[in-house]
Amino acid sequence: MSLLDKDRIFTNLYGYQSWRVDAAMQRGDWDNTKALLDLGQDRIIDVIKASGLRGRGGAGFPTGTKWSFMPKEPKPDRPNFLVINADESEPGSCKDREIIRHDPHKLIEGALVAGFAMRARAAYIYIRGEYIREAETLFAAVAEAYDRGLIGKNACGSGYDFDVFVHRGAGAYICGEETAMLESLEGKKGQPRLKPPFPAGAGLYGCPTTVNNVESIAVAPTILRRGAEWFSSFGAENNKGTKLFQISGHVNTPCVVEEAMSIPFRELIEKHCGGIRGGWDNLLAVIPGGSSVPLVPAAQIMDCPMDFDGLKGVGSGLGTAAVIVMDKSTDVVRAISRISYFYKHESCGQCTPCREGTGWMWRVMERLRTGDADIGEIDMLQQVTKQVEGHSICALGDAAAWPIQGLIRHFRPELERRIKERGGDLSPMQEAAE
Amino acid sequence: MPKVKVDGVEIEVPQGATVLQACELAGKEIPRFCYHERLSIAGNCRMCLVEVKPGPPKPQASCALPAADNQEIFTTTPMVKHAREGIMEFLLINHPLDCPICDQGGECDLQDQSVAYGRGHSRFAENKRAVTEKYMGPIVKTIMTRCIQCTRCVRFAEEVAGVEEIGAIYRGENMQITSYLEEAVSSELSGNVVDLCPVGALTSKPYAFEARPWELRKTLSIDVMDAVGTNIRLDSRGRQVLRCVPRVNDDVNEEWASDKTRHAVDGLVRRRLDRPYVRRDGKLVPATWDEAFAAIATVEHDGNIAAVAGDLVDCETMFAAKALLREFGSTLLEGRQTGMDYDTSSIAAVNFNTTIAGTERADAILLVGTNLRWEAPLVNTRIRKAIKKGAKVFAVGPETDLTYKVEWLGADLSVLGALPEAVTEAFGKAERPMVIVGGGALKGAHGAALALVDTLGLVKDAASNGSEQGWNGFNVVHMAASRMGALMLGYAQKTGISALYDAKLTFFLGADECDFGSFTGFKVFVGHHGDKGAHHADVILPGASYAEKSGTFVNLEGRVQRGERAVFPPGDAREDWTIFRALSERMGKTLPFDTLEELRAAMAVDCPELASPGLKTFAWNPPSLATAAQGVMQGYPITDFYLTNAICRASPTMQRCSAELLHGETFAEAAE
Repeated sequence: MSLLDKDRIFTNLYGYQSWRVDAAMQRGDWDNTKALLDLGQDRIIDVIKASGLRGRGGAGFPTGTKWSFMPKEPKPDRPNFLVINADESEPGSCKDREIIRHDPHKLIEGALVAGFAMRARAAYIYIRGEYIREAETLFAAVAEAYDRGLIGKNACGSGYDFDVFVHRGAGAYICGEETAMLESLEGKKGQPRLKPPFPAGAGLYGCPTTVNNVESIAVAPTILRRGAEWFSSFGAENNKGTKLFQISGHVNTPCVVEEAMSIPFRELIEKHCGGIRGGWDNLLAVIPGGSSVPLVPAAQIMDCPMDFDGLKGVGSGLGTAAVIVMDKSTDVVRAISRISYFYKHESCGQCTPCREGTGWMWRVMERLRTGDADIGEIDMLQQVTKQVEGHSICALGDAAAWPIQGLIRHFRPELERRIKERGGDLSPMQEAAE
Repeated sequence: MPKVKVDGVEIEVPQGATVLQACELAGKEIPRFCYHERLSIAGNCRMCLVEVKPGPPKPQASCALPAADNQEIFTTTPMVKHAREGIMEFLLINHPLDCPICDQGGECDLQDQSVAYGRGHSRFAENKRAVTEKYMGPIVKTIMTRCIQCTRCVRFAEEVAGVEEIGAIYRGENMQITSYLEEAVSSELSGNVVDLCPVGALTSKPYAFEARPWELRKTLSIDVMDAVGTNIRLDSRGRQVLRCVPRVNDDVNEEWASDKTRHAVDGLVRRRLDRPYVRRDGKLVPATWDEAFAAIATVEHDGNIAAVAGDLVDCETMFAAKALLREFGSTLLEGRQTGMDYDTSSIAAVNFNTTIAGTERADAILLVGTNLRWEAPLVNTRIRKAIKKGAKVFAVGPETDLTYKVEWLGADLSVLGALPEAVTEAFGKAERPMVIVGGGALKGAHGAALALVDTLGLVKDAASNGSEQGWNGFNVVHMAASRMGALMLGYAQKTGISALYDAKLTFFLGADECDFGSFTGFKVFVGHHGDKGAHHADVILPGASYAEKSGTFVNLEGRVQRGERAVFPPGDAREDWTIFRALSERMGKTLPFDTLEELRAAMAVDCPELASPGLKTFAWNPPSLATAAQGVMQGYPITDFYLTNAICRASPTMQRCSAELLHGETFAEAAE
């Protein structure tokens, strides 16, 4: 049983209608938002908690709980802030882009509701620099909302003052990390901060801050309108709600689609993507959550429920639900090597394991791709990924390590085949130390 | 006070301590590169990872993690070992293992720690990264391929030196530390980044390829380039001082030193007076000690003898000269060479009473005619710290860049009589207010500044201050290392140096800044460098520089400190006090001390404060002076930070710093 149209939150995901405020209102956005705010801060947070919404940015932290960490009585000189992470740069992810393109008012209304719930003074939407048209749309949508009095002073007639600022990034993947985003917003070099202190204690400009993904914020008003029970009727226990899946790669019709959580992989692909290119027997592997999670070989993914816990069970993760499908025509080593290059390129350079490790891993991957390596180097590479994983300031180090670990776990014979075919099974001549 | 367990041993740590500090308290060694006690926490080298429970199932950076009650910290588990070895391997893969030609070799954190945590061999089969050198000025040599991106230098420049001229550009493995525009770092503290650098990426340019640390004899000494009394260590080999590095003294210099302190030492082997000279037929000709003494002994003076103390002399020298004069019944002593005649009846009224360390705690500061950045760079850094804690700073004098935000009140000193409301308001609210009077303003504004003690409430006793100690916020900044000692030994005349002009015989103790033409009598120069004073002398007696004698110095806050002899004076030069002892015999009034210990004992009788090292407090009984301040300050006394005394004028490094940093000359680097 899959998601019915009446249960979809993002009703204009494909842009069949206008994104403008009037059209959005016809779709039900900004419908008596004042009543939502009248629920009161604590009630809103309770509903979000009860709905089981988990952060849609990848880590899956319960959203309501996150909001409840914010100070209940912000000091005048230290207001609370909401920062919305629209720096969607994970290879494979494109859900925030669709939301901002076609349903920006869902996001802005969500910003008001979420901001009100966490007693925030303002929301900053940090949008990826490459999203030029999307940023234009978002700027225009925010201006519309201000014009209608939906945000700004006395937002929606609720008596609550709330500003929304849109800030464009400059194209660094690492600025999607929450503390690096705060640094970047403050005008500094986008490098992750040490935690603790966590942003809820000292975030943007040293003030309490919550950083949320676009999708987490955009679904909040609908959850409040339709109730926590409705939202939690979808998906398996602990993985509630609906989710935007972004399926790319070797499927017949790649798409972004809203589906219930925990939908089995096979059903997701059959229903929305017209099946795997060349049939299910042609499926090689799937990266189920964007480039930073380990790949899952065909046999394990086919009937796996697409949710946080289900994918964890097969050694991967839901991430942003950016499903990258690879059929048997894929050079899987090259694919992972390219991902390694991405992380090497996007490492901020602040901390040692990531700065030095990503480059090393990529170089070894490149040699493994051509087979110009020694069999022992596969184990060495595995050890290097373990030396990076868990030792860096932010999760980019982990994200760089996991795809390679996944490759070695599932495709080690392929790596060894390449080395043997190239005749590299002999240990190389030892060079004298220089 | 949180209680934590480190490797099973429970200890109590101070509130706010980090896990790293807790481990150190428990006697565990935690390797680190980016962490430094006096800089902000970066947590980026990841070398200090430890296992902490409760916490996530991965190692934590101990330098950044606050120690909390009931924490269990493990520093020897397999997880920690694996983490440290991993980080060390990462640091080394792109580090050129060029230790044999690296100046840091032997005192390199990376070298030391790789012995403990490194692998025996490299698994890195790729090409190593190479990074182009950056230009950071005449003091700092860069070999950026060795850089491990710990960002200590970046944080020092921003936080302590106050110049945002070092930073990291690019990202990932291409990240580079640079001075952005590859210009010299315009800080008088830039040399400290050399000490901070845990590897050989930033090394001392003047000291490049000079020596290995294990060849050097290390002598504890006191710096004389300014009146701060920076605690230094002189590293010498044979007869030459090769470098000067700061020692840790939290009360004085923390662990910093100005560039002048560090790099003027190459002036110690240039332009030295290494034999006596006597003026014959208007020309100075080399002579023997005997001839020189004979020339002095024959001067008819009738007891009209004077002595002028230079800026760099120690108390022993001044006391020996004073003792000689006393034998002839003269007290014509003066140290203020440029003609200042401020009242010295109370030492406290010309002292830095708040103390250097106390400056950090001030909450309102008024600078009167002082360019602290040049007059006392390490007091300036303390003011930066005070500002970080919320202090407000006002200043009277020509506007200049002090590296922090200052509200300028104009150069007219008369403003002290009618301070703007902003100042009185800030001082009214302040619990620990401070006024700092510069040497340049003492002439016109000493009385007016002392009047502020009452109007701004600078002196608070323990009761009104609400603390155990009182607070004295009246401060004078001296610029000469000898000044406080000279004032304590009575080197001050009511009318200033002009009282000495008619002396028949004048001893210049390394004094190079006076108006020599005004002295009518016989001039004897006792000093170590052939500078202005030697040019005007009738007899030159070659003395020892601060590195070549054990000396007592009193810094601007009244702290008596002793330095030891690092090397011997060159040629025929002798320690200054022995010159006076020998001369006294020839003049028929033998001084009653034959050893330095005897001299010090006599000096202690004369001035009990000089008997032992330590901070001396002076009774607060300020003189009543005219309170009207007048005069518009045209500039500050120091016009060239790098060339303030004979030693730095002889130093090629200081000359180059002056030319490049202050006069904008460019130096072409030789192509390599």
